[in-house]
Amino acid sequence: MTGLRTAARSVFEFAEKLFDRAFGPDWNPLYHLGTLGWFFYWIVIVSGIYLYIFFDTGITQAYESLEYITNVQWYAGGVMRSLHRYASDALIIVMMLHLVREFVMDRYRGARWFSWFTGVPLIWLVFACGISGYWMVWDVLAQYIAIASTEWLDSLGIFGQSIARNFLNEETLSGRFFTLMVFIHIAVPLFMLLVMWIHIQRQRNARVNPPVGLAVGTLGMLLVLSLIEPAVSQAPANLNIAPAVIDFDWFYLAGYPLLDWLPGLVVWALGGGATLLLLVMPWLPPGRRRTAAQVDLDNCNGCGRCVEDCPFSAVDLQQRTDGAAFSEEAIVSNNLCTGCGICVGACPTSTPFRRSGKLVPGINLPDTDLHTLREQTLAATSPLSGIGRVMVYGCEHGPDLEKLRDADTAVLKLPCIAMLPPSFIDFLISRKHVDGVLLTGCAEGDCHYRLGQQWAGQRLAGERDPYLRARVPRERVDTFWAGLTSNRKLRDELKNFRTRLSVLPAIERNKRQPVIKRVIEGDESHE
Amino acid sequence: MNRVLAYIGQAIAYTLFAFVIGYLATSPPYTHLEPGMAVIKLSFSHAGEHIKECRRLTQEELNALPPNMRRPTDCPRERVPLLVELELDGETIYHELLPPSGLASDGASTAYKKFPISAGEHRIVARLRERRETDGFDYEKAGEISLAPQQNFVIDFRPELGGFLFL
Repeated sequence: MTGLRTAARSVFEFAEKLFDRAFGPDWNPLYHLGTLGWFFYWIVIVSGIYLYIFFDTGITQAYESLEYITNVQWYAGGVMRSLHRYASDALIIVMMLHLVREFVMDRYRGARWFSWFTGVPLIWLVFACGISGYWMVWDVLAQYIAIASTEWLDSLGIFGQSIARNFLNEETLSGRFFTLMVFIHIAVPLFMLLVMWIHIQRQRNARVNPPVGLAVGTLGMLLVLSLIEPAVSQAPANLNIAPAVIDFDWFYLAGYPLLDWLPGLVVWALGGGATLLLLVMPWLPPGRRRTAAQVDLDNCNGCGRCVEDCPFSAVDLQQRTDGAAFSEEAIVSNNLCTGCGICVGACPTSTPFRRSGKLVPGINLPDTDLHTLREQTLAATSPLSGIGRVMVYGCEHGPDLEKLRDADTAVLKLPCIAMLPPSFIDFLISRKHVDGVLLTGCAEGDCHYRLGQQWAGQRLAGERDPYLRARVPRERVDTFWAGLTSNRKLRDELKNFRTRLSVLPAIERNKRQPVIKRVIEGDESHE
Repeated sequence: MNRVLAYIGQAIAYTLFAFVIGYLATSPPYTHLEPGMAVIKLSFSHAGEHIKECRRLTQEELNALPPNMRRPTDCPRERVPLLVELELDGETIYHELLPPSGLASDGASTAYKKFPISAGEHRIVARLRERRETDGFDYEKAGEISLAPQQNFVIDFRPELGGFLFL
């Protein structure tokens, strides 16, 4: 599984880099599959409302009203109908890519199971919406769908009477069925919206809109397609004639041929089995869960920056419990915490300049605590030599840093780059431990922990607390968002960075060598 | 230059996306039924006889029942399965015992079966047994039919109209 996933990830990253070149990281559609899904949903809803104004429910009226919409009112209704269909198809594409990509990037396990789990029912709901929509046209395709779907439902054996008998011939057909279809076609998308809302509940600052440029481009593409290849009905349904060769929408109906080849119950078993497998995938096997962040009340003043920055709503504020003179304190929900450490990077107490005892911030990661990070940083930078000493911080989902390690380059990996408090950069440069600091990690715009890269960038730019202090010369700080497969480019970037550093005034090496030892609680500063 | 190339790249990406959507939304066509074939659809819903005849209760049995439950006869709810047979051009293509529906097996038996056959002239015979007896059939209908390609030929069963209907 790991080999397969790695291979699939390489394919995705290759495609992402191509899209990066054309769209740039901010508009890269592969980084916005979820928001594009929302966007297509809203196109379908708006166009559907327009179509409903002119749609007539009835055995013959349904087809006729759609012919009117498509042919007489082609400039508005026809375009709306095409948008309705093509946006629905596009929704299937981005939904499936979204599903595969989250799996390949391993973003569905551990604390992130909830989004995956609640996304699975959405697949059934999207298909129910699309199939009921095709049904309402009441052309040959609708006839095929109606018969195949009701026969499939009948195979369950839970309905007293055969539903498929409603479509035996023209005499048995009832207009009431269209009323039911209209109800389903309106009710299911509304229910879907509820599930979509639940789907993003465990994400702070969940994005539900694609970037404007991408939205405009995508809508324009759908409009052009609608004008060049308008969606039209097939021949009107006639239950006395069996559908033979049908123009098929393979996005929604790819599974239907199975009903011609396999018994209905087997197809139910396949669909149910696939659904069950998807539902339990976050636990097959469960993802390695980092120990959740822990709050140290002695250092927490309840400022709420960790709450603001947590991408998974795992940190909250509650009333103070220790009698300290602050109104609130941070509290971590262990079930929601991914252990990314972004909260640690956000905490104003996470500063390596602190000299009193062990470095314990208000919120900390037990697996990668900040004190150890400072020790490791000092240990790594201490032996560096040359005039271009660089400290490279990377994230676990970025490129392989070990290949960069040499006499003038120190490397350290963090769960997420945003775990690094900006004060560490200030500390390293102002205390002359290095000549420059390079931050790297996931591909630009595609942070494994959603917002870490964005927060890190804003902190460096002085747009988000905690800021990188103004005294830090920006030319001594570099960022390179690489992803897993850009090792060579990262090496080149490091080389270029070092060249840029070489023309800057030399930094005299800090002659006070740090004492590298494990400091126990209450000890003096180790520097 | 780079910006121009980027716009060209975007245009290619959008075009490919539109092409995939536009093509797969209607193509390739799916052949559900081979040209030249017709369909015979046998479908009905009908309840067989009760599994046993009603029995008149004895006075002792009635006395043993609470006064409000003293019905003179005891009629079993269960029904017999229907035996259905379909013969096409002298060959039996369907022979099935259809169980009654319902948890208590007291509902109607339901048939819904499709037979794709070549268009043209055919002789068809449909038979049904609804009795408890295990021999013979209660209903039978035979006929010569001429099926056009893609014709949906329905065989329904309505005892109030005399049994099988060829529609």
